[in-house]
Amino acid sequence: MTDHQKRSLLKVAALSALASATLIGCGKKEEPAPAPAPAPVAAPEPAKPEPLKVAFAYVGPVGDGGWTFAHDNGRKAVEKEFGDKVVTSFVENVPESADAERVIRDMAAQGNKVVFGTTFGYMESMLKVAADTPDVKFEHATGYKTAPNMRTYDSRTYEGAYMAGVIAGAMTKSNTLGVVGSIPIPEVIRNINSFTLGAQSVNPKIKTKVVWVGEWFNPPKETEAATSLINGGADILFQNTDSSAVLQTAGKLGKRAFGWDSDMSAYEPKAHLASSVINWGPYYVKAVGDALNGTWSTGGVWWGVKEGAIDIVSIAEDVPADIKTKIDTIKAGLKDGSFAIWKGPIKGQDGKDVLAKDVVADDAFMGGIKFYVKGVEGKVPGG
Amino acid sequence: MDSYALLIAATLNAGTVLAIASLGLLINEKVGIVNLGAEGMMLCAALAGFAAVVHTGSTVVGFAAGMAAGALMAAIFGVLVIWLNTNQYATGLALSLFGGGFSAFAGTGYVQARLPEQTAWAIPLLGDIPLLGPALFRHHPMVYVAMALTVGLIWFLYRTRTGLVLRSVGESPESAHALGYPVRRIRLAAVVAGGALCGLAGAYISTVYTPLWVEGMVAGKGWIALALTTFATWRPARVLLGAYLFGGVTMLQFHLQGAGVNVPSQFLTMLPYVATIVVLALISRNPTWIRVNMPSSIGKPFYPGS
Repeated sequence: MTDHQKRSLLKVAALSALASATLIGCGKKEEPAPAPAPAPVAAPEPAKPEPLKVAFAYVGPVGDGGWTFAHDNGRKAVEKEFGDKVVTSFVENVPESADAERVIRDMAAQGNKVVFGTTFGYMESMLKVAADTPDVKFEHATGYKTAPNMRTYDSRTYEGAYMAGVIAGAMTKSNTLGVVGSIPIPEVIRNINSFTLGAQSVNPKIKTKVVWVGEWFNPPKETEAATSLINGGADILFQNTDSSAVLQTAGKLGKRAFGWDSDMSAYEPKAHLASSVINWGPYYVKAVGDALNGTWSTGGVWWGVKEGAIDIVSIAEDVPADIKTKIDTIKAGLKDGSFAIWKGPIKGQDGKDVLAKDVVADDAFMGGIKFYVKGVEGKVPGG
Repeated sequence: MDSYALLIAATLNAGTVLAIASLGLLINEKVGIVNLGAEGMMLCAALAGFAAVVHTGSTVVGFAAGMAAGALMAAIFGVLVIWLNTNQYATGLALSLFGGGFSAFAGTGYVQARLPEQTAWAIPLLGDIPLLGPALFRHHPMVYVAMALTVGLIWFLYRTRTGLVLRSVGESPESAHALGYPVRRIRLAAVVAGGALCGLAGAYISTVYTPLWVEGMVAGKGWIALALTTFATWRPARVLLGAYLFGGVTMLQFHLQGAGVNVPSQFLTMLPYVATIVVLALISRNPTWIRVNMPSSIGKPFYPGS
């Protein structure tokens, strides 16, 4: 073989790599670059009320039917609430890389006064832009760093996971549940644990198998992971990934599963047990309201069932009535504060208490969960 | 034991998509054309197939629509690189990017759509054998189509006259041209056939394997299929084997995780890719393997006048 041919082989390889790299960034829909931004001109308050410009950076496509779809519903809630007092815009598929900073900087330069970043990976990018544009308010989802003009918000997804677990525990025949995990960070591990605790609250024999796919969104991989869990004996699946693939795989193989982040009942009505949904709407309305009223201040919030941010919806008809009642009781308890999911005694995998009797976990404890509770099989990756 | 049978079943299923797409790309490369647009063709075909099933309820129509979409995109690619002599790599990349963007744009209306119920399928009698039945004989027909396709392609390429002509075009287009064969038309036919197979693979993903439509859902399988042709040193049987190997390692890592084996999942996720690189490295240590099987004119344009 000639050198030339070898070189073209190399070229194919190099180009494939380049292409995949380009592809990752290609789905982005940039708004057309505006005519020279009018932003720098000082806009004094007393002038006639210009609509407040609000921008959203999404990590996935609005059409993912899950995480980003839920955020976009929140954006629509803002539009509905404030009408012509606000103008909202969004950019989809913003990768959690240096590109994020460019997109977010663009948003600020285009005169947006409130910018929402809807994934953990935007944290550093948003901090940098926030330091450069002090008159813009930054709202960062699921992060932990703040600045005078940047605050964080998150939702207690584990409350939905717990309620899903209650249903799973009542509906399983094999007493084996399966979870498709995305990336082993405390939030996801907490959800797996809460799901298991919920199931054990109605069925102490529950075991939970976990398979990690290492990504938030990869439908074929989610399908493969779900298949292997069902092959391993799980008859009810739960997922912390972003697509509806797990639910649909369960449906195809005659098992049951849940919707996550958004109501997924329409995808696979026969397999669908319930959907744990996040309503970002209430928080987005509050945040934009704060900016409009001038009452915005930095900080961080973690909203759950109590604030209307988390709910479990579209519960299947064949779920027993007493379980549905139990779900209502849990919701009521979470709302008035009389019920806590992470309340001792809770045992780790080794059978020792991780939370002593009657101790209620605080948010710091919740934020650092890197262990499985008793009943979850396997080891936490890297744990 | 049952779980091993199911693991084998899942492996065959996971390898099927890769095998079909990779065999299509193999046909392309046998005539000297490298089509890096596989991912884009598969995405458009996945959408076309999904939309067809949503509207007609028939998986067969879905497969046909997927193949048509793949063939159409391949034909555009073919005309560009074969007649207009555009750079194959750049054109292929453009096709890939275009396919990803276009399918996302055209598919927005199908994101929440649902496919009709699928009926489970098994080969009568054979499907009831314990262990072997669930492992081998209860698959979607497309799994067997992929196997048959491999055998058919071996026969076609190495046992028929047309196959010989096809290979000669890939080895030396000038000689084939001098003998009076219509090199460009043969190349186009092969490119379209390859595109149709990529399309079939794409439609299989969206209608059977992961029955849903979301943008970018092929998730890199097109690129893996491209790598597989080199991995298999352009031999159909090795393509099939490589596809199952890749599918097998993917499923095995999930299986081990589910079984609670204490291996970091990040390591397991990496495994299929490491396996690919190792095998590629081993193959390249044996230059004859590549020299004998790699089409000589691969990636090079052909000017009939010169």
